[in-house]
Amino acid sequence: MIENWSSLIPLLPEVFLLGMICVILIAGLYIDEKRRGIIHFLAILTLALTAVLTLRHFAVGQRYTALGGMFVRDGVGDILKLFVYLSTAIVFVYAKHWLRANKLFSPEFYVLALFAVLGMCILISGGNLLTIYLGLELMALSSYAMVALNRDSPVAAESAMKYFVLGALASGLLLYGMSILYGLTGSLDITLIAKALESGRQPEVAVAFAVVFVVVGIGFKFGAVPFHMWVPDVYHGAPTAVTLFLASAPKLAAVGMAFRLLAEGLEPMVKDWAQMLGFLAMMSLVVGNLAAIAQTNLKRMLAYSTISHVGFILLGILAGSEQGYAAAMFYAITYALMTTAAFGMIIALSHSGFEAERIEDFKGLNQRQPWLAFLMLLVMASLGGFPPLVGFFSKLYVLQAAINAGWLWLAIVAVVMAVVGAYYYLRVIKVMYFDEPDREHQIQAPGDVRVVLAANGLLQLFLTLFVGSLTALCVAAWQ
Amino acid sequence: MLADWPLLSLLIWLPLGGAVAVLVAGDRNATAAKWLALLVALATLALCIPLWANFDSTTAAMQFVERVPWVPSFAIEYHLGIDGFSLPLIVLTCIVTVLVIIAGWEVIEYKPSQYLAAFLALAALMNGVFAAQDAILFYLFFEGMLIPMFIIIGIWGGPRRVYATLKFFLYTFLGSVFMLLGLVYLYLKGQSFALADLHSMSLNLTEQTWLFFAFLIAFAVKIPMWPVHTWLPDAHVEAPTGGSMVLAAVMLKVGGYGFIRFSMPIAPDASAEYAWLMILLSLIAVVYIAFVALAQEDMKKLIAYSSISHMGFVTLGLFIAFALVLDKASPDSAALAVQGAMIQMISHGFISAAMFGAVGVLYDRVHSRQIADYGGVMNTIPWIGAFAVLFAMANSGLPGTSGFVGEFMVILAATKASLGVAALAALTLILGAAYTLWLVKRVIFGDVGNQHVAELKDLNGREWIVMSTLAVCVLAIGLWPDPLVQVMQASVEALLQQVQQSKILGG
Repeated sequence: MIENWSSLIPLLPEVFLLGMICVILIAGLYIDEKRRGIIHFLAILTLALTAVLTLRHFAVGQRYTALGGMFVRDGVGDILKLFVYLSTAIVFVYAKHWLRANKLFSPEFYVLALFAVLGMCILISGGNLLTIYLGLELMALSSYAMVALNRDSPVAAESAMKYFVLGALASGLLLYGMSILYGLTGSLDITLIAKALESGRQPEVAVAFAVVFVVVGIGFKFGAVPFHMWVPDVYHGAPTAVTLFLASAPKLAAVGMAFRLLAEGLEPMVKDWAQMLGFLAMMSLVVGNLAAIAQTNLKRMLAYSTISHVGFILLGILAGSEQGYAAAMFYAITYALMTTAAFGMIIALSHSGFEAERIEDFKGLNQRQPWLAFLMLLVMASLGGFPPLVGFFSKLYVLQAAINAGWLWLAIVAVVMAVVGAYYYLRVIKVMYFDEPDREHQIQAPGDVRVVLAANGLLQLFLTLFVGSLTALCVAAWQ
Repeated sequence: MLADWPLLSLLIWLPLGGAVAVLVAGDRNATAAKWLALLVALATLALCIPLWANFDSTTAAMQFVERVPWVPSFAIEYHLGIDGFSLPLIVLTCIVTVLVIIAGWEVIEYKPSQYLAAFLALAALMNGVFAAQDAILFYLFFEGMLIPMFIIIGIWGGPRRVYATLKFFLYTFLGSVFMLLGLVYLYLKGQSFALADLHSMSLNLTEQTWLFFAFLIAFAVKIPMWPVHTWLPDAHVEAPTGGSMVLAAVMLKVGGYGFIRFSMPIAPDASAEYAWLMILLSLIAVVYIAFVALAQEDMKKLIAYSSISHMGFVTLGLFIAFALVLDKASPDSAALAVQGAMIQMISHGFISAAMFGAVGVLYDRVHSRQIADYGGVMNTIPWIGAFAVLFAMANSGLPGTSGFVGEFMVILAATKASLGVAALAALTLILGAAYTLWLVKRVIFGDVGNQHVAELKDLNGREWIVMSTLAVCVLAIGLWPDPLVQVMQASVEALLQQVQQSKILGG
């Protein structure tokens, strides 16, 4: 047995995370409301220490497995996990202010979020269809509960219900695809499935069915059109602090899931799924961007903008090359960092009894709070992919990969839609800079929110200078 | 030694740092912020002196090269360098930036520090465009310019500023994304974004044609050519004076520069193939838009249309060169055409800035851009009148002013290619004179139109500086264009060498 202990070392960060979640869960019962700050602190500390543990056996260029191949540590997974921790920590800082202001500041938020993070880590590291499914469900169930965090809000309850029903349906479809794969290949292990499919001895129609179900499951989790119906409602209905969380880290996990299932497990069927993703990407780009124009609610607008960004991420994945995967990964990472800043801005401008969630709530922000307006300008410009901000580079790499894989027409659709998208990001800038303020912009956000928000916003600019190292990291992960 | 400094980097980062400093200084002490901005702009201009002094005009090779890997995994480099095409445009940018800051000194009352910071950032980006030798770096600066200009028109512009600035942004953005796809295609073929590598890459005619049109969309919108010019009158009319000056003086030139740097050397065969189209569009711009200008009631709109018409000469000069190169009879005239186009760009930079500056001076006093609201300005404020007449003469291409030199060279070269083209182009001398002089007649001369005009005050010291500097530049280039011609001579010849070599393998 002793030898086996050392084989568990790759699991250490997840085991630690689980232990700490239990600690926080119990601590939450005993800490009274005035000292809830301790929970917040503990949660962030947990993420930091988990990151340290992940970095200790940083797996770039290597591959460790544990539990007989059920659990895989590699560069791709580790990098994604690190950014899951980072974006979640940023989310916690913003969320605290919002939860306090709305009297929802409870340990449950942290426990659920950390459970979701654990689910993401397991999902990202899944080497086996079972682990992937387990991780996915852990993440999803925690998210459903988080959306319903505010029990008294009918809107939140409705969107939680919608999220749950559609999410369960998606899980079912995915599970169905997985069971077909198991039937065809006789294995749940991803590498073995890939090997079995390589031989091409399976009936083509059955394989195609499996691929379709897996792609549909992934499409649901990404929120790609036509499986996007839940995205705007959930983003809009969920408490802003939860939307903030759902918009960032789960995208990284979804990318990880797509890598495991498509890029590794179904690698031999790349031609099939690339075509399906091509359709999803095109629809997401068109629908996401066009629908976003019509929104007056910033949360809904960002929801549709997420859909369009998912189109770009899929554009990288469907290239089916290491270059494409690296580009998609880079895109997801930068997108997670942008979107936290965008929602963080909503939170910074909100205060008890007031949600700055309509676009017109940003009217004349430049007159009252030029610094915040400038940060929001950077974030919007980065989301819109305007150079020299980092959002431009993520689009550039994805386009490069797609064109290299022969998807020129899709790249043209993507850039035209990026121009359409520019309009609604510019509209936010327009409202902040060109319109007269019609209300006081009271800023009650505490110092930590402001500092993190400033860092998060300026990151869009400074990441440009160091874009080389981040891309090098993403590329190295895939070699 | 001053020459060993990374001058080009300084030209980009000094104004950018200045912009940040001005923003930080804020509006609480607006005067300090203004002086700081002016100081930074002057320092940037001063950097042009060692640049020009140490520039070797006998070679077409890139000079002052700085080359640092930036994103190694995608071969993107921080790669700067200038040749005879870039240098005059950089100097133009620096001069115009100083003048714009002076011109907005007291006029801008709302958030002056943001206004000045936007212009300094714009100067940095424009210098970057002209110095970039890496395609992605070029694209970064090219697109980056849009954000400050968007803000400038949107905040300090006229009543329809939001419409105008959105139109400006989306038009230009749409144009340039196709260029980006073209650049990505070139990278995937040659694994390099360095302009020199793109220039020497061999491409078949189909590829070149696609690339040519991808670049054409980007630069035709920027310069702007008929029929994608419609954003320009709106943007000019709504922009504040400083915004119009920079837009007309420098940002339009980026389009012409783009043709010289990208379209012509990267797709020479396609450029030759479609030179007829470019010449046709240029002639439409020159003639048709001149007629449109004639019909304008709004001074700024009139000058905006006149800009489009004058930029038609730039594209005409650049692409008539292909016609001249092809029959190989007159290589000298081809060089003349390209030089003429370049001089036209520089000259129009000063003249349009001056025209918009003069309109701005009048607008600050009367608060109207309508021609009908003026009349007899000369009677009350002779100095403004005198400058306006000088710039109007330059705009209509009077010999002795810079406006004449470029147009004359292009027309001269065009006669060698086709008498018809030359004749049509020469029409502009009449039409340009018609709309400009008619403008002058209605605004400057005649009886004092109304009470407002009667109470006008003449130039103050600040306006004197702006007007007289521009007047000196216009006259200097008009009377003695030789230094300008010399500085770009080698680069022009190298460009013509390059476009004559077919890039089609075995062709």
